[in-house]
Amino acid sequence: MNPTDIHAPEYFHRVVDCQWACPAHTPVPEYIRMIAAGMYTEAYMINWESNVFPGILGRTCDRPCEPACRRVRTEEKPVAICRLKRVAADHKGDIESFLPQVPNIKNGKRIALLGAGPASLAVARDLLPFGYTVDMFDRDPAGGGMMRSQIPAFRLPADVLEEEVDLIVNMGVNATYGYEITSMKEMLDMNYDAYFVGTGAPRGRDLDLPGRREVDEHISIGIDWLSSVAFGHTTSIEGKVIVMGGGNTAMDCCRTSKRLGAETVTVVVRSGFEVMKASEWEKEDAMSEGIPIINNRPPKEFVHEDGKLKGVIFECVKPIEEDGRLKYIPTGEPDVFIECDHILMAIGQENHCPWIERDIGIEFDKWDCPILDEVTLQSTHPKVFFGGDSAFGPENIIWASAHAHQAAISIHLMCQDLDPKADRPPEGLNLISQKMGVHEWAYDAEHDASQRYLVPHANRRRSLENIKVEVELGFDEILGSREAQRCLNCDVQTVFTEKLCIECDACVDICPMDCITFTPNAEETQLRDYLTAPATNLEQALYVSDELETGRVMVKDEDVCLHCGLCAERCPTNAWDMQKSIIHIPQLGSYAE
Amino acid sequence: MTFVAKPKVHHPLLQFNEIGLTRRDYEGAVSTLCAGCGHDSVSAAVAIACNELAIPPHRFAKISGIGCSSKTPSYFLGASHGFNSVHGRMPSVATGANLANHELHCIGVSGDGDSASIGVGQFAHIVRRKVNMLYIVDNNGTYGLTKGQFSATNDRGSTSKKGVPNLYSPIDLVSMALQIGASFVARSFSGDKQQLVPLIKAAIMHKGFAFIDVISPCVMFNNHNGSTKSYQYVREHTASMVDAQLVMPHEQIEIEYAPGTLKEVDMPDGSVLRLRKISETYDPHDRVGALNHVQRAQEQGDVITGLLYVDPIASDIHEVLETPSTPLNQFGEAELCPGSEALTTVNAGFR
Repeated sequence: MNPTDIHAPEYFHRVVDCQWACPAHTPVPEYIRMIAAGMYTEAYMINWESNVFPGILGRTCDRPCEPACRRVRTEEKPVAICRLKRVAADHKGDIESFLPQVPNIKNGKRIALLGAGPASLAVARDLLPFGYTVDMFDRDPAGGGMMRSQIPAFRLPADVLEEEVDLIVNMGVNATYGYEITSMKEMLDMNYDAYFVGTGAPRGRDLDLPGRREVDEHISIGIDWLSSVAFGHTTSIEGKVIVMGGGNTAMDCCRTSKRLGAETVTVVVRSGFEVMKASEWEKEDAMSEGIPIINNRPPKEFVHEDGKLKGVIFECVKPIEEDGRLKYIPTGEPDVFIECDHILMAIGQENHCPWIERDIGIEFDKWDCPILDEVTLQSTHPKVFFGGDSAFGPENIIWASAHAHQAAISIHLMCQDLDPKADRPPEGLNLISQKMGVHEWAYDAEHDASQRYLVPHANRRRSLENIKVEVELGFDEILGSREAQRCLNCDVQTVFTEKLCIECDACVDICPMDCITFTPNAEETQLRDYLTAPATNLEQALYVSDELETGRVMVKDEDVCLHCGLCAERCPTNAWDMQKSIIHIPQLGSYAE
Repeated sequence: MTFVAKPKVHHPLLQFNEIGLTRRDYEGAVSTLCAGCGHDSVSAAVAIACNELAIPPHRFAKISGIGCSSKTPSYFLGASHGFNSVHGRMPSVATGANLANHELHCIGVSGDGDSASIGVGQFAHIVRRKVNMLYIVDNNGTYGLTKGQFSATNDRGSTSKKGVPNLYSPIDLVSMALQIGASFVARSFSGDKQQLVPLIKAAIMHKGFAFIDVISPCVMFNNHNGSTKSYQYVREHTASMVDAQLVMPHEQIEIEYAPGTLKEVDMPDGSVLRLRKISETYDPHDRVGALNHVQRAQEQGDVITGLLYVDPIASDIHEVLETPSTPLNQFGEAELCPGSEALTTVNAGFR
């Protein structure tokens, strides 16, 4: 293999699995270290810079970072990254002095944000410090989009939501609420310099089965129902409730029903338990509140009598794997009838922009999604950009933040007559040695063998009685700092300098994970076999040095490295050094710019 | 010294040996030697070898004297018996331990100071007595603990870190061991575990006195340009004569042939010692030839390594003394104090 180019920003970025997995590339280990040091405000601001809504995401994020965490590969359970984010938000001090300055004199460019959800808000935050005039329109009576209308208060209290939404709005967004956009053409006639569409995926899917039309008044679409609960239009639900669907919306629907007085709540999913779209912890929380989840039961028919819903007939199926894909076939068991008085339909949602005329230069594909450049998020109309769920279909809040940063860069470049694609700033990398003394490192190198800490919950009875009681209480400072210690500091990299190495084997002997091998060079597949411990995880890179004096090369398997620094500690010549990698993800409007 | 302890967590694919242990179970405390010390590599090699032999750690006794080398038994086989004895007196304690319980595998670790200076007399006599043990010398040619004076194995003309040449001829422990009658003599290099680990395995399973002189550079005081025991010098001047590989009865013999002729020696315990001669002219069963070869190489400034001499049907101290097959420490009071009548008979034998 050729020597690894560790100065390409992508190489070490990939080693920081959590940061790589995060759509917004939040520098996770950096803020976890700050939490461990009790620097909550600084930890919060690192998050705020990257993902814009730390308090909200610390409660509601889909957590792509956690399954990626190296701890999963070394000791099973990931660091509770999401809950640590919440620790920073819960315990932060005054952030006023850390916020970017918004100039009083504007730069003359006007930007329209359609929708006041996370994507639009994040675009506003990125653009405002550069002097843009930002006008935001939304049909709801307040900002926040789906964060406000679809996430129930027992998961996301209103004050947390409002704090982070208002922070951005108060930076100088001209918000127009209760404004139903009916025509994109009209919007374009208002002659803004750029438009950002962040209207989400507001249409919940329905099922056209026998009996559907007859029982219409007993069936609600999950997201619409949640929204009417959020705005106080619905305050109770009676009788037996069936929630159809296996995603997070279904989990929110069933738990909300339980709190609004349903006699019984049952979740019925057409697929198996493992492949449900809902996050693992959402499923656990629903089940721990006594809500049964019934799997492998696709609905067949709504049963009604005199216009009144009686229940639903479900088919019994089982999954089989065919050509690597799951397929469901009938088991032959008789169909099941489940009695109910009300059905909440949470079987997915889709983008829906009937208000965008199809003859104004914004093209849509066959799935009715706008045709976009995946990097710039620019539509076929040069002035119109998309982000969040309205771009590529339903995702989650962290994707909305990620899209927003990219769209903001594109808008900024376009407004300066630069090319949104060709002129994008590149990623950068800084490496900073962590050596402070003979045996002193600027980070806490020692490996902490603790298991993942459990988060305390509110009293079950109290929380089921009141929809506004938050279920998860979050880590306190002590639990937070303990959990923070579990972070392996994967951003503190093992950097190897060939010309200093005397090949004494000290690093090989001390490495607890057998990551390091000195071996004759070979092709990658061969090399992966040569190592002290075979490198079977092909997702993880091999760090290969240049040729050493004996003709061999140093090969390090990045897969399960604990970043404990023992190789550097035992190295007599400093051929190994622990260096913090700071990956610069281009972004507008960050306080560091 | 290292202050961060080696974490207990290990690679998810770490191999278990035949008795359900991993290499990590054969490690000891974290080393307090200087970073990069060759001795740490020797300790790691011992741990790897014992793991591969699948002998439970508590079936080993590790004995040492004084010096950097003699600290190392703390850093391997944490769950075994150990005795860190008096300077140069490891052989006496090892002899006693082996006489008391010949069922323990005895590993003695010493250094060039401990064995070639203060303990050179003890060294000579333990070789003579054929104690069934592995005697390792971590040989760095310097007194590291007292800041780098020349030791007795330092070559004449080799310089100190400050450039002062050594005026005296070296004691070559390999030549001494060959001459006095050791039945297993090898030399290796701490930076070459591929050679060292199989040698340690073969030496542990060898019945008789097994000696391995391991050149183990001192990174602090004897790893400079004027040294003949530096990583660089040894790598440039080393020549392996015979590679040894011990194949245990439960192991498959892997077919991997490199140049050289292969000879297999059946061991009494059912294992097979495979010797691959790299030099055609070298015969590892010829004691006098081996001695000649070693001396000649020494004169030319070359370091010859590998299994230099082995007598596969050697005897040990227990055979010489005709001790009973039950280890002496397992005799009870009845056998050890057979009563006044027996005493009278014994006494009568001396009249």
